[in-house]
Amino acid sequence: MTVLVDRYREAGRRTRIVVIALVAILVMTIAELVTGTSDLTSRSTASAALRLAIPILLAGLGGLYSERSGVVNIGLEGMMISGTWFAAWGAWMFGPWEGVILGVLGGAIFGLLHALATVTFNVDHIVSGVAINILGLGAMRFLSSIVYTPETGGSVIQSPPIDGLPNIDLPFLAGGQLFGWNSPDFFGWLENLELFFLSDVAGILRGFTGGINWLTLLGLALVPITVWLLWRTPWGLRLRSCGEDPWAAESVGVRVLRMKYYGVIISGMLSGLAGAFLVLVQAGIYREGMTGGRGFIGLGALIFGNWMPVGVFGGSLVFGFGDSLRFRGPEVVRSFILAVAIGLVAYGVYSAVRSRLRAAIVQIVIGAAFLVYYLQVVEVSNQLLAALPYVITLLVLAAASQHLRMPAADGARYAKGEAR
Amino acid sequence: MAQAPAIQLEGVTKRYPGVVANKDVELTVNSGEVHAVVGENGAGKSTLMKIIYGMVRPDEGTITINGAPANFRTPKDAIDAGIGMVHQHFMLADNLTVLENVILGSEPRSGVMIDFEGASERIRILGQTYGLRLEPNQKVEKLSVGERQRVEIIKVLYRGARILILDEPTAVLVPHEVNELFDSMRDLSEEGHTIIFISHKLDEVLSIADHITVMRDGQTVGSTTPAQVDARQLAEMMIGSELPSPETKESTVQDKVLLDVSDLDLLSDDGRPLLEDITFAVRKGEIVGIAGVEGNGQAQLVDSLLGVAPTATGTISLAGESMVHLTTRERRAAGIGLIPEDRHRQGLLLPSPLWENAALGHQYKEPYANGIWIDKKGSREHTAEIVRRFDVATPTVDVPATALSGGNQQKLVVGREIMANPTVLIAAQPTRGIDIGAQAAVWEELKTARAAGMGILLISADLEELIGLSDTIHVLFEGKLVAKLNPAEITPEILGSYMTGAGEKKAS
Amino acid sequence: MKSGRLLTAVVAPAIALVIAFGFAALALLLVGIDPITAYREMWVFGTTPESLIITVNNAVPLFVSALAVAVGFKMGLFNIGVEGTYLLAALFAAYIGAQFSVTPVLHVTAILLVAALVGAFWAWIPAYLKVKRGVHEVIATIMLNYIAFALSAYLFLNVFRAETAGLTVATDLIPETGWIPSLNPLLTALGIEVRAGANLHGFLVIAIVLGVGYHYLVNKSRFGYDLRASGINPTAANASGVDPKKMIIRTMLISGALAGLVGIAPLLGFYHQYPQDFPRNYGFNGIAVALLGRNNAVGMAFGALLFGFMQRSALILDLRDVPKEIVTIIQGIVVLAVVIVYEVVSKYVQRRVIASAAAATDFDPVTSGVAA
Repeated sequence: MTVLVDRYREAGRRTRIVVIALVAILVMTIAELVTGTSDLTSRSTASAALRLAIPILLAGLGGLYSERSGVVNIGLEGMMISGTWFAAWGAWMFGPWEGVILGVLGGAIFGLLHALATVTFNVDHIVSGVAINILGLGAMRFLSSIVYTPETGGSVIQSPPIDGLPNIDLPFLAGGQLFGWNSPDFFGWLENLELFFLSDVAGILRGFTGGINWLTLLGLALVPITVWLLWRTPWGLRLRSCGEDPWAAESVGVRVLRMKYYGVIISGMLSGLAGAFLVLVQAGIYREGMTGGRGFIGLGALIFGNWMPVGVFGGSLVFGFGDSLRFRGPEVVRSFILAVAIGLVAYGVYSAVRSRLRAAIVQIVIGAAFLVYYLQVVEVSNQLLAALPYVITLLVLAAASQHLRMPAADGARYAKGEAR
Repeated sequence: MAQAPAIQLEGVTKRYPGVVANKDVELTVNSGEVHAVVGENGAGKSTLMKIIYGMVRPDEGTITINGAPANFRTPKDAIDAGIGMVHQHFMLADNLTVLENVILGSEPRSGVMIDFEGASERIRILGQTYGLRLEPNQKVEKLSVGERQRVEIIKVLYRGARILILDEPTAVLVPHEVNELFDSMRDLSEEGHTIIFISHKLDEVLSIADHITVMRDGQTVGSTTPAQVDARQLAEMMIGSELPSPETKESTVQDKVLLDVSDLDLLSDDGRPLLEDITFAVRKGEIVGIAGVEGNGQAQLVDSLLGVAPTATGTISLAGESMVHLTTRERRAAGIGLIPEDRHRQGLLLPSPLWENAALGHQYKEPYANGIWIDKKGSREHTAEIVRRFDVATPTVDVPATALSGGNQQKLVVGREIMANPTVLIAAQPTRGIDIGAQAAVWEELKTARAAGMGILLISADLEELIGLSDTIHVLFEGKLVAKLNPAEITPEILGSYMTGAGEKKAS
Repeated sequence: MKSGRLLTAVVAPAIALVIAFGFAALALLLVGIDPITAYREMWVFGTTPESLIITVNNAVPLFVSALAVAVGFKMGLFNIGVEGTYLLAALFAAYIGAQFSVTPVLHVTAILLVAALVGAFWAWIPAYLKVKRGVHEVIATIMLNYIAFALSAYLFLNVFRAETAGLTVATDLIPETGWIPSLNPLLTALGIEVRAGANLHGFLVIAIVLGVGYHYLVNKSRFGYDLRASGINPTAANASGVDPKKMIIRTMLISGALAGLVGIAPLLGFYHQYPQDFPRNYGFNGIAVALLGRNNAVGMAFGALLFGFMQRSALILDLRDVPKEIVTIIQGIVVLAVVIVYEVVSKYVQRRVIASAAAATDFDPVTSGVAA
C-alpha cells in the first residue's frame, strides 16, 4: 500500500488527476452496488454531464484565451448572457445556425467592451469584469422589453420558444450512421456486458459519444485546436508572451495591445457560443437568469485546469457532472451522497498512511457524517439540490488550489512604452 | 577605404516633462569596435540607447546607421536594421522556454506552425560559435543570471544583429562570469560585430573597450580611449569634480551585541534549503556588511529577520530578547528598521502622499499615530523634518511619492527609517539606482547613525560600498555564509571572488 | 491638487452620467420613443415629495451595500457576495425577530445583531478559503451567492415559514417592538407636508451613522491605514507589519456584517416580515454605487441617491408606454463608463501633479502647513 502511495506522490499533476478520476468512478460504482441504482455511472448521466459541461468548457476556454493574453476576465457571465439573448433572438428571427452566429457576435461585443476598458483605458480587470456583468444583465433585459412583448409570444424575461439543433451519434463508438449505414456500437456493447467497473467506464464513454450535438463536437474539438493554436503557432506564442511578460514581448516588436484585444474578444466569442449552446441545445428558449453562474464556474474550471486547455476540459466535466446531479432524481443523489461518504473515508485512510493523522481523523469523521445523512435522508429537498453545483465548484477549488501557475502577467497593468 | 561608422549620432535631444534626458548628444561608433558609454546614474545613457534601439523617438537630431539615415519608430525597425539590445533588466518570460524566448516575434515557420527543430539547431550553432551554450527547451525561470544573459545575447544574434547594445551587462555578474562575457564579446568583435555597452564599472570598461564616450547630465562630455585615461580620471570626467568616497575614518564599534542571529535555516515550499546555518552578530556602533550577488538568499534573509517568512528556524535576538515568536509588527516595534532593496515593491505607497509614506512601517506609534487614530498633523510635521534633514527635493509633504525622483524617494525612505531611531537598521541595497549625489548623502547618514550607536546590517552587491562602509563583511553565497572578512585587508577583486564561491584568489 | 481631487470626484461621474443618458437616449430613439419627454416625465414624477422620500428609502440599503463592498475594495478584495448575504441575513433576522418581544431599543438592536452576525459569518467563509486554501474571493463569494439563494429558499419554505393560512407566503410578523419607526414626524416638524403612505424609513439614521463610521475607520484610524496600504501595495504593507491573513479576515468580517444589515432597512421599516418577494438586487447595485462613488462615503451617498431616484422615477414610464428597463441599461452603462472615465481623469491629474512637483523643487513649509 505504501509503495503505491509513494508512486502516486511522485507522479506529475496529470497522472494524479487521472488516478483520482478512476478512483472516483470506482467509488461511485461501489456506491451504486450498495444502493441498487446504476444511474451514477450510466450513459444517461454521462450524457447529461457532458451536455452541461460544454457551456462551462466554452466559457473556461474563453477565459483561457483572455488570461493567457494577460487580461483577467470576470465578465464571462455577462458575455454568456449576451450570447443567450442574441442566440435566441437570432434563432427566432432566422434559424438555429444563424442563432449560433449571432450568439457568438453578441458575446464578442461585450468582449470588445471589456478589452476597451482594460487594454486601452487600463481599468482594473476585475472591476471592468464586474461592470460588464452588470451591463450585460441590464442591456439584455432592456432588449427583451422592446423585442419580446405578449404579442410576439414572449415577455421581459423570456423569449418565445425556438427550434434547436439536431443531435448525432458518433460512428463506431456509439453506433452512429455513416452515409445511411448503421455502424457497430462498441461502447454500448461493452456496457451491456455488465462487467464490474469496466462496463461502468464504458457506459460513461458511451454517454459521451452518443446523442451529442454538433455544437458539442465543436466545443470538444476546440480543446485540441486551442492546444495547437497556442503552443504550436507563432500567433499563439505571441499571445502567451503577452500574458507572461508583455514588456519582454514589446521589446521584440510583438504588438501587445493588439494581441490582448484578440484574446479578450475571442473570450467573448466563446462565451457567446456557450450562451448559444445553452439556448439552442439545452433549453430551446431564452430565459433571464438561465446562465446561472456558469460563466463563473467556467472561470473555476480554468483555475482548476491550471490555465491549460486539457485541464479546463477536465474541470468542466467535473463541474458539469455536479450541475447534472440535481436533475437525475432522488435515488441518484442518495447514491452520490454515499459515494462521497466512501470517498472521504478512503481519503482518510490515505491521509493516515501518509501519517497526517489529524487530517485523516477530520476526513473520516466528515465521511461518517455523510454516511449518517445518507442513511436517514429519503429525498434531498429540491431547493438544497439547486446549490449542489456551486458547492462542488467551491470544494473542488478549495482542494485543488495549490501548485497552480497562472500566466505571470495575468491582470497586470500594462501600457505601451511604460516601464514595468 | 574608410568605412562609414556603424552608428553616428548628432545633436540628439530628448525631453521629458521636467527633465532633459539627452541634450545635443554626439556619438560615433566604428564598425567592429567595442565602444563603452559611461556616466553616472541619471546621465542619460539608458535613454540614448533606447533611442538607438527605436524604443524612444528623439525630439531633435539625426541618427545614421552604417551611413544611412535612420528613423526608427519601433524596436522592430531597429532589429531590421541589424541592431539588437540586451537590456539591463532582462526582458525574458520566466514561464517560457529558452527557445520560445529567443524566437518570439521572429518565429521560423514550417507551414503555419513554428519550426521548432530549425530554431533549436540555430540556437545550438550560435551557442557554439560564441561560447554561449544553452539548452533550448529549458524554462527560463530555472536559469542562472549569467545564463539568462546568454539568452538575451542569443536573442539578438538570432535576429541577425550586427550591432549589439549591452546595457550594464556586468551589473549582476560575478568576476568569472564577467570574464566569460568579455571572451564572447571579443569573439563577436572579431567576427565583425559592433558592440556598444553601458557601464559604470570603470575597471572593466578600461579592460575591454576600444573606445569610450563619457556622458554627464544628458550630454556627451568626452571621448577617449583606454590608452589615454585611467579609472580615476574617467570617474572625474563622469561627475565633473572630485570623487566622494565611502571610506570610513575610525571605528565606532562597541561591545554590546544588538542583533544576534544563529543557526538560521529556511526551507522553500518544496524542501530546498534557501538559508543554511546563518550565524552572525551586529554590535552597537557597527556596520556589518553581507556581500553577495543578487539571488543568493539576501531577500530570504531580510524576510526571515522581519518575520515575513514565518517558517524560518533558528535564533534571532534583538538586544538580548528573542524575536522568533514575534510578528512582523512586533519586531518593528521592538526596534528593527528596514531600507528595502526595492523601494517601489517593499518601501513605498506610490499613489499616497509623502506623509503617509513616512508613516509606513511606523504607523502604530508616535508621531504618526495617536491611540487608534492616525495623527495627520504629527505625521506631516515629522515628514517635514525628514524632508529638511535629508534634503528630499519636493515642494510639499502632500505630493504623491510617485512624483519624486528615484533618488529622492530613497532619501525619504532612508530618512524615515533613520529618524525612527531603530536599534538595528537593515539596509538592503540602499544606494541602488540613485545618482551619485544622493548616494553620497545616504552613505553619510549611515555613518552618522553608526556613530550614534545604531547597529546596521548592510546587504549589498556594490563592492565599493561594502568595503567602504562595513566594519565586518560576511559573504552570502547560495544561502550560506561562506566567509568573514576584514574590509581593511581585502580588495574588490578578492571580495568578488568570494562572492562566486571561488574562495580566496591570489591577487594578480 | 485640490482641484485635481474635485475633478475626479465630481466631473468624472458627471461625464459618465452624460454618456449613459446619452446612449440610453439613442436606444430610445431607435425604438421610436422621444427621450426628452421620457426624461422629463421621470424628473417631474421623481421630484414630488412622496417620490423623494421613496428615493431616500431606496437609497439607504444601496448605500449600506456600497459600504460593504467599498470596505473590501479599499483593500483590493472583491466581495461580490453581498446579494446572497443580505437575503440570508434578513431571513434569519425576520425569523428570530418574530420569536420574542422586548423593549423596542433592545429588540431592534437584537435584530440588527443577528443580521450582522449572519452576514459576517457568510463573509468569513470565503475569507477563510482565501487565507487557507488560496481560493480567489471573487469566485468564492459568487458561488456563495447562489448557495445562499438555495439555502434561504430551503429555509424559507421548510423551516421559517409562518403557519398562517392565507395567500401571502412569509415569515411570522415581527411584533411592533421590533419595528423601526418612520421619520415622518421629524419631517412635519421641519414643515414638510407629506401624504400618508410614504414613510421615511428610520433606518436612515443608522445608515448615516454607518457612513460616518466607515469614513473614520478607513481614512482616520490605524486599522484603516493598514487596510488602505494593503490595497495599494500588499508587499510593502506586509513589510510594515501588517499581517495579511488577519487583515483579509477582519476586512471580510466587517464587509459581511455591513452586507447583513442591507436588508434590515426594508425589513424593519416596511415589510416587518420576510415575504417571498423580498426586494432583490441591492447587492449588485451596491457594487455599482461603490464604483460610482469611488469608495468614498459622500460619493457613495450621492450615487445611492441617484440610483434610488432612477428606480423611483422609472415607475412613471410604465404608464407612458416606455420600457422602464431603460433605467437598468442606464445603470449598466454608467458603471462601465464611470470606471473608464475615472481612469482617464486620474491619469491626467496625476501627470499634472508630477509635472508641477518636478518643476517646484524648493520645499515650502508654509504650503505644507507645517511650522517653519
